[in-house]
Amino acid sequence: MSTPLIRADGLSVGFNIGKGLFNRFTLKAVDNVTIHIEKGSFFGLVGESGSGKTTLGRALLKAVPITGGTAHYSDGEVEYDLEKITKEQLRDYRKRAQLIFQDPYAALSPRMTVRDIIAEPLEVMRLTRNREETDERVREIAAKCRLNLEHLRRFPHAFSGGQRQRISIARALVSDPKFVVADESVAALDVSIQADVLNLLKQLQKDLGLTFMFISHDLSVVAHTCDYVAVMYLGRLVETAPTRKLFAAPRHPYTKALFSAIPSLDPDDRGKAQKLEGEIPSPTNQPPGCKFHTRCVHAVDRCNVEEPLLEADGTGHEVACHRWKELLGTV
Amino acid sequence: MSALIEVENLTLSFRTDEGLVTAVEDVSFRLDRGEVMGLVGESGSGKSVTAKSLMHLNARNAVYAPGSRITLHTETGPLDVLSLRRTADLKVVRGGAISMIFQEPMASFAPAITIGKQMVEQLQLHSDMSKREARAISVEMLDRVGISDASRRFDQYAFELSGGMRQRAMIAMALSTKPALLIADEPTTALDVTIQAQVIDLMKDLVDEFRMGIIFITHDLGVVAQTCDRVNVMYLGRLIEEGPVREVIANPKHPYTQGLIAALPKLDDLDAPLTPVPGDIPSPLERPSGCVFHTRCSQIVGPECRADLPRDTRIDATHQVACHIYREVAE
Repeated sequence: MSTPLIRADGLSVGFNIGKGLFNRFTLKAVDNVTIHIEKGSFFGLVGESGSGKTTLGRALLKAVPITGGTAHYSDGEVEYDLEKITKEQLRDYRKRAQLIFQDPYAALSPRMTVRDIIAEPLEVMRLTRNREETDERVREIAAKCRLNLEHLRRFPHAFSGGQRQRISIARALVSDPKFVVADESVAALDVSIQADVLNLLKQLQKDLGLTFMFISHDLSVVAHTCDYVAVMYLGRLVETAPTRKLFAAPRHPYTKALFSAIPSLDPDDRGKAQKLEGEIPSPTNQPPGCKFHTRCVHAVDRCNVEEPLLEADGTGHEVACHRWKELLGTV
Repeated sequence: MSALIEVENLTLSFRTDEGLVTAVEDVSFRLDRGEVMGLVGESGSGKSVTAKSLMHLNARNAVYAPGSRITLHTETGPLDVLSLRRTADLKVVRGGAISMIFQEPMASFAPAITIGKQMVEQLQLHSDMSKREARAISVEMLDRVGISDASRRFDQYAFELSGGMRQRAMIAMALSTKPALLIADEPTTALDVTIQAQVIDLMKDLVDEFRMGIIFITHDLGVVAQTCDRVNVMYLGRLIEEGPVREVIANPKHPYTQGLIAALPKLDDLDAPLTPVPGDIPSPLERPSGCVFHTRCSQIVGPECRADLPRDTRIDATHQVACHIYREVAE
């Protein structure tokens, strides 16, 4: 197998919280996460708010400091160790790794024309030599993102949510990145538009050979777009598998609960959902043992004290649960 | 069943710099006591504006067309909501007979006043309770919606609560005045699926317990299927289809409703392509002639779609649709 584009081994991100000499402690937002993202794949990252999925995405973009473990980027042309990356390398990495934001209303400056919004990364990173070249590149990427070229002179307020999100995508892709983190990129859109943006992302991935990390809390969206899914809970990976394997037979009780919580289109399913009690604990006050035991219906004494490790089964399906084998086949 | 609120020919425009913009056009529906009605549509469809007019809560530049009528049946007799002018008169409606909960619970609580103080304040506004009674009722309500340690939470600020808890507190506050009608504007959109399932459950329990009517505004048909009895689909300010939830979801008649259902990612068939509703919702400044949906419709039957407004056609006793396809059935 070729080297993965992104290789994170035991990656941790901590934030120092609290003031004074004695109150200080570290909040571990991402804790010992190992993931490999293959070139050209659509890698899904799922979890509730507070699970650390956004922080993990940002760490891979080198937008938050890595406090433990290692992360490597290797696209065949260059190879960077994200932890020890130099300023020079980081400048280059910025154009190779990009982010698409969640809210297309907040992400676009209302005072810039669409053309200027898309051109800004080129100008800031000095990727083009002159205005003509910039314009040409902007038109090229705008066409790929199915934007009307006549709209380039307008301001963002004239556009609907779906069009705005396509502008955001064009801006992220204008520097010709290899790795793109899409953080809840369709969460703010209506279903009728959401499908359109997802189809566009898939198309762009194929045409431009992109590798996506797709962060979402919506399992049904992830199921339809991603090749590989990782489920996070309280900074830990609890289950990773190829999409089809995961959706056919989820193993972790948390993944199962996430599935059953999706509102079904069938009114007869009312009340069938398996309810997850309570909420995700605060990351500043993490439970001992398995992080999920406070909400898990299957928890036994062992879960309260001993943290389960990710176990691979040889087919690419990994799960971190003491009891997953006993629970096979149960809901 | 007795009617709780009746809306007749509601037409509402906003005075803007660019002229009179129609937001809601000729909308009529009725809601009974103890009934849960879904109001579905994408952003810009006028669903929130419709809901706000039930409380006469739209901005000052709103113009109600003559003939628009909203009748609220209170214990003391019917009340013509749109004829009320003074804030003091409207107190009976706003927060009294009708309460509303919003999408973003953080934005709905004042950040510098404790949750409890806000709950007591509104209870005292709407009744002649003493502070002590109001406090007792508020704590009881917080407890009722599943907030543990309610008397401690009572003295906390909104930022100290998690997202799910804030939404529960919001619901507790809205219900403490025992309204006859609860308007829930995308109450679960900002929540994680697991918390969403809890909030949906809670709302269903509360309907049973308090026998109030609920108008549930959402763009998520899954949420509608799990909560509502009836559903009204809106597009560009017009009601285009209405009927029992089961009927509308299993057997949608309007091409737009069909499109909305087809656009949803389905978990039981991962190979099915995602089919967006083509195009974007037109700007309300450029309302299409004839059927408002014809610019995006894939089932145009003839020139009448562009020229004539489709009339409401009854499919059966409870299910009706406004589309030219079904015209012959009626004649």
